[in-house]
Amino acid sequence: MTALSKIIRVEAKLFLRDPVGTFFAVAFPALLILVLGLAMPGFREPADELDGRLPLEAYLPITMTLAIATVTMMTLVSAVGTYRERGILRRLSTTPVSPAAVLVAQVAVNVAALLVACGLAWLVAATVFDVPPPGNAAGFVLAFTLGAGAMCAVGLLVTAVTPSARASMGIGQLIYFPMMFFAGVWTPGPLMPDLVRKVADFTPLGAASQALQDAWAGSWPTLTHLAVMVAFTVVLGGIAARYFRWE
Amino acid sequence: MPVIEVRNLRKQYGDQVAVADVSLSVDEGEIFGLVGPNGAGKTTTVECVEGLRSPDGGSVRVLGLDPRRDRAAVRRKLGIQLQESQLPDRIKVWEALDLYSSFYPHPADWRELMDELGLTPKRNAVFAKLSGGQKQRLSIALALVGNPSVAILDELTTGLDPQARRDTWELVRQVRDRGVTVVLVTHFMDEAERLCDRLAVVAAGRVVAVDTPRNLIAGAQVPGVERPTLEDAILALTAAGSNR
Repeated sequence: MTALSKIIRVEAKLFLRDPVGTFFAVAFPALLILVLGLAMPGFREPADELDGRLPLEAYLPITMTLAIATVTMMTLVSAVGTYRERGILRRLSTTPVSPAAVLVAQVAVNVAALLVACGLAWLVAATVFDVPPPGNAAGFVLAFTLGAGAMCAVGLLVTAVTPSARASMGIGQLIYFPMMFFAGVWTPGPLMPDLVRKVADFTPLGAASQALQDAWAGSWPTLTHLAVMVAFTVVLGGIAARYFRWE
Repeated sequence: MPVIEVRNLRKQYGDQVAVADVSLSVDEGEIFGLVGPNGAGKTTTVECVEGLRSPDGGSVRVLGLDPRRDRAAVRRKLGIQLQESQLPDRIKVWEALDLYSSFYPHPADWRELMDELGLTPKRNAVFAKLSGGQKQRLSIALALVGNPSVAILDELTTGLDPQARRDTWELVRQVRDRGVTVVLVTHFMDEAERLCDRLAVVAAGRVVAVDTPRNLIAGAQVPGVERPTLEDAILALTAAGSNR
């Protein structure tokens, strides 16, 4: 346990020593909320199509979904891909500690960054724009946990099936951008065409986004969305664990 | 009891036979060298000893243990320096040593080790900013930080300048003097001659000779060369071995 906690501590330091990565992972979501809220007055006016809620309030869970995607598909994928390519995982497998400990540490650090990022985004939304807290806090935590888990599984699968760090990052981005579309980063769920919305429901990030929005609005995430996230976590995580190569 | 015992080791990747038939035994407290041309099977052999690869045939014992089956126990006793293994760019020298020492049940004092390897002035430097020699010394330090009984060093001095190479040799002798058995993979003949107590000459996946450097030179039959060097002796042996 001391080895694992030390690895996590070192990985956290390494994470923080990359200013650009830290900015995008930690500060970007809060900044996005701030800019959207300040630059687009429409985001601060109660909207009829949202039952009188602020568009910014609907957009906050989407921003959090974006944060999940950034941290898992960009930061996690690039870190794990690079570690493997440079023989760091292989070097660890010659010690009594399993290289899996580094993966655990990477996931832990990235999830922590994600929590801070979402906390900051919420703080900005709440203090600057009076966005209320999630209507269904338990539902929100559930949706967030499952969504982050599903996306970690996607990220690890990408690193498992790609031969090099470059390929991992390339494929990661190839998945990242369309997924953000399904998550409603560009067109929030209620405004999506029906067909797109149906497809989005069955993507991990789309399901996470909808589930987070539902929970923020006060209801429980739908069973479909929860099931989609669990299925992605179990199936993709299982395949990733099966095919992951340490070198 | 030998510290490392390899019997009839065989390993192939697809159709390509990397190790055809290697047997060797390394005694406690010696510096044992594996020499031979690139692609002879040296690295694959040590990777099987390290438990990084599973042999297709034959057996490997390290301190009486099977490196695949008794993985955990072997890893606690083995210090390994891999060819071309790196660390994260932004990790500091002291952090790497501190981290790796936490992996072992009875680690060496990493501060002392850092000092012995002349890395103390660089303790706060990040890996990416180290010179080739400093990276190599850090890699050796990490191989020793677990207080191993056996250290396996693969291409120890590749990329080092002459002074750094000599310093590294001295260091390997010091390591041996502490009671650590050292296996050295190299293709530098001067290194093999000065440093190793015994050498196994590997060619085309087989051991063609095992002896002290002095005896290998004395036994060399090199037509047209009056006083053959170790290099002449080994080239003659590996040429004969590869043509078999």
